[in-house]
Amino acid sequence: MVKQILAIFPHPDDESFGKAGALALHAKRGDNVSLICATSGQMGRRMGNPFFANRETLPNIREKELMAACEAIGIHDVHLWRMHDKTLQFEDPEALADRVFKEIEYLKPDLIYSYYPEHGVHPDHDALSEATIRAVHRLPIQHRPTIYGSAFSKNCKEILGLPDIEIDVSEVLEHKIKALRAHHSQSEVILKKLDNELERHPEKADELLAPYKKEYYWTYKWSPASA
Amino acid sequence: MEAIQSLAVQEAIEGFINQEVYLHLETTTGSYASLSGDDKIAVVAFIRNGKVRFHQAKITGTQPYRVGLKLEEGWVYAEGLTDWELRKGGDQLLLAGHDQEGQLLIALELSHHPFNYE
Repeated sequence: MVKQILAIFPHPDDESFGKAGALALHAKRGDNVSLICATSGQMGRRMGNPFFANRETLPNIREKELMAACEAIGIHDVHLWRMHDKTLQFEDPEALADRVFKEIEYLKPDLIYSYYPEHGVHPDHDALSEATIRAVHRLPIQHRPTIYGSAFSKNCKEILGLPDIEIDVSEVLEHKIKALRAHHSQSEVILKKLDNELERHPEKADELLAPYKKEYYWTYKWSPASA
Repeated sequence: MEAIQSLAVQEAIEGFINQEVYLHLETTTGSYASLSGDDKIAVVAFIRNGKVRFHQAKITGTQPYRVGLKLEEGWVYAEGLTDWELRKGGDQLLLAGHDQEGQLLIALELSHHPFNYE
């Protein structure tokens, strides 16, 4: 059965770093994958190396990079909200949840990919994941889509336990790396290091690519009070 | 953007004195700073399209540079500026400080019209 997948992330590239594999696997299986990208990444610090963007040109560049990354992943439905980077935390959380709720009502996802509330490190990650939980919570529990949360806070394993979802994305590794490369301004520094290592130690390719082949998510658990 | 030439920047900032102009000023450690060590915290300051009026403006130092703008009742200044660009036929002046990997550490920008990422 074709599933409706909805990825909800604040920045262009959040859908790719650590998550492009799972999304590409869905696309490969024929699921419909939609993406909400809430901001245009206006506040990114990486400008390319050597830099080719500036503070004023960066958001347009990042939107183009995002579209190329989505192409590589197989996402053909992208909702750009164009809110201002880093400000989601200062928005009214109910208003933010309303916006997520409208999209959920329209797209009716079976599965949502998001950051895990309080474990996204970046304040926008946490603000949007919390709004997502708030929005999904408005649905009766039997109608709520499953939520896979990405967590990378220092204490995430301590608090959440080990991730219950471990996905081997080796078969779409090429798509994932292509998506990461598409985010040229943001990924160049990291991928240049990887490329250099791969060139110098081709025998270590498996080891060097291993972190890209696995993705981890925590299924969001409704507390008894919020069920 | 290209490496700051202080004489050219001095001339450019003087084009904004004695009138109401739009200011963008930010500096940031990046939101992921807290992941780099227990004692590290993310520090960010940001203002976009603040309206200011200054009657004195100066670039000083050698690479990296400092820029100070003297307001009627206060100051704006930025340190660690390395690169500049004049955009939109001189309507916008961008100044920024980048590290060796090309990451933005600080930005000070002036415009005659509100900044809108065009």
